[in-house]
Amino acid sequence: MFGEGILQGLYETAKNFFGSYVEKDRLVTVQFPEERRDLPEATRQFPFLLYDGNDPEAGLRCVSCQICEKECPPQCIHIEKSKDKKPDFVGKPQFYPAVFNIDVSTCMSCQICVEVCPFDAIRMDNEFELSTSNRFAGLLYTKRELAKSNDYYRKIHPTEAAECDERRDKEAEAAKAKAAAAAVAAAKAAQAAEQQTPPAASTPAASASSAANGAAPKPAEQPAEKKPVTQ
Amino acid sequence: MSVAELERLVAAGEDGLGDILEVSMGPHHPSTHGVFRMDVRLEGEKVVRLKPVFGYLHRNHEKIAEHGAYLAAIPYTDRLDYLNSMTNNWGYVLAVEKLAGIPVPERAEYIRVIVAELTRFQNHAGLVGFLLQDMGASGTPLMYAFREREKILDLFESLSGARMMCNYLRFGGLRVDCTAAWLDEVRQLVAGLPRFVDEFEALLRENEILMARTQGVGVLSRELAINAGVTGPMLRASSVNYDIRKVDPYGVYGRFDFRVPLGDHGDVYDRYMMRILEMRESLKILEQALRGIPEGPIMDPKTRLRGLRPKAGEAYGRIEAPKGELGFYLISDGSGNPYRYRVRPPSMINLTILEDMCLGRNVADVVVILGSVDIVLGEVDR
Repeated sequence: MFGEGILQGLYETAKNFFGSYVEKDRLVTVQFPEERRDLPEATRQFPFLLYDGNDPEAGLRCVSCQICEKECPPQCIHIEKSKDKKPDFVGKPQFYPAVFNIDVSTCMSCQICVEVCPFDAIRMDNEFELSTSNRFAGLLYTKRELAKSNDYYRKIHPTEAAECDERRDKEAEAAKAKAAAAAVAAAKAAQAAEQQTPPAASTPAASASSAANGAAPKPAEQPAEKKPVTQ
Repeated sequence: MSVAELERLVAAGEDGLGDILEVSMGPHHPSTHGVFRMDVRLEGEKVVRLKPVFGYLHRNHEKIAEHGAYLAAIPYTDRLDYLNSMTNNWGYVLAVEKLAGIPVPERAEYIRVIVAELTRFQNHAGLVGFLLQDMGASGTPLMYAFREREKILDLFESLSGARMMCNYLRFGGLRVDCTAAWLDEVRQLVAGLPRFVDEFEALLRENEILMARTQGVGVLSRELAINAGVTGPMLRASSVNYDIRKVDPYGVYGRFDFRVPLGDHGDVYDRYMMRILEMRESLKILEQALRGIPEGPIMDPKTRLRGLRPKAGEAYGRIEAPKGELGFYLISDGSGNPYRYRVRPPSMINLTILEDMCLGRNVADVVVILGSVDIVLGEVDR
């Protein structure tokens, strides 16, 4: 029939036009700035640094082992190690990054820094509205801009954060138990020493505390030997 | 011949060529799908010579990979054929696994097949959409294809964290495991895709204009295709039965039941149909893989990702990427980075016979023939 194709075409168009108002799975348009779709949990944009507690300086998990700096494919991370040490989450003194910069204009969001970090210190953010008027300094993120709290991490990656928290709690508990055991052992040893030679050079308390420090777990002893955390 | 000389000859009527017009198509011509240029010499509308010029998107991929660790090259392979990052990852990790003798757990192999076939599906859907768009079917087919592609990319995002630069495969397995909920979503999607392929195929398969524009256009003979090293759907459209999933099975492809579609004429229409038929075969593989996926680890905990130092030697890993044979050739000298890293890019090698297919055709056909080759400039130029 002459014109059959035209009628078919009109039918198809009409079906799709009206269908787009009725079918639920076709109402896909999101009015972006006002409405937002939920991002998948795995979404990654750029890395950030995690800190425990409320102080981004004292709680920063990074121990400046510089593995991420070495492994980063486009070499966008720059770290300068501190001269002094601060205690980490189990109380062991560790180095911290005096300078930690990420050039997000070079970063390609590959997540390799996250995979290789043995300290759960660096994670991927899902923030994507990052435009700035300064393309040099505005895109060079320093330690202060990078540090985000663990609560924020729990909010953006709940599953991953729960696993991470569990692992770290276990580690902290083990460290505590080990330190307590070491303290007891040291106290006993000191007592025994005191009984043998009463005027001992060191007091039991002092030796116990130094032993506890020395026996703390060694997540940071030799970072290069540690297995990467595969996510 | 210089322009002045040509002008003199034309004025004297002694050029013997008629009016030859030299046109530089590209590098920003919309039909080239990227920064690609063709020096076309035309006699009227007829193409008498065509010289492809590429290299505008060269990024030194191979040298960069040679200067980094084995792990650091994976995110760069995403950016080769940027529509198919999952299969690019697979080609590279397959080469590293061969080089270092790394075993891959079963579950990881199944997930690899699932993501690779989803990738193939969205690549072919997108290609057909673009090809029809080049022929003037503006909008509808491409939008239909991108609607489905969007769903697949959303699945990739919830699995790997990124839609296109997935960086998901690792030598020895995968970066993260997929959840049961994710697999259910894939099952749901795959159950709906045959309907999409039917609709997509019925749109224009028997359209007169499409047939006039594609049948007998850009014929690639069987002999030339083999001699030029053409692979993938283009080779199969010229009726050569060669699919690496069949002739050199990698992963767990040997376990799946699927057929290799073959063309008869080697023209643009056959190449278009080849993509549609391969989408259907991909769905078959997906259904079987989703049924058979076992539980278990996705990675051997002993696998070293960081600081991998394979023994000195060489390995060539190749896979059937959506565009053809994607191969990675690695030489190790025992250090932490490859001594030589070489990519065999399917779309660049498929592009070399462009002139043979275009000679004697019109300019408008050049656009269609180039569209049927299925190139991505990120891979052509590397």
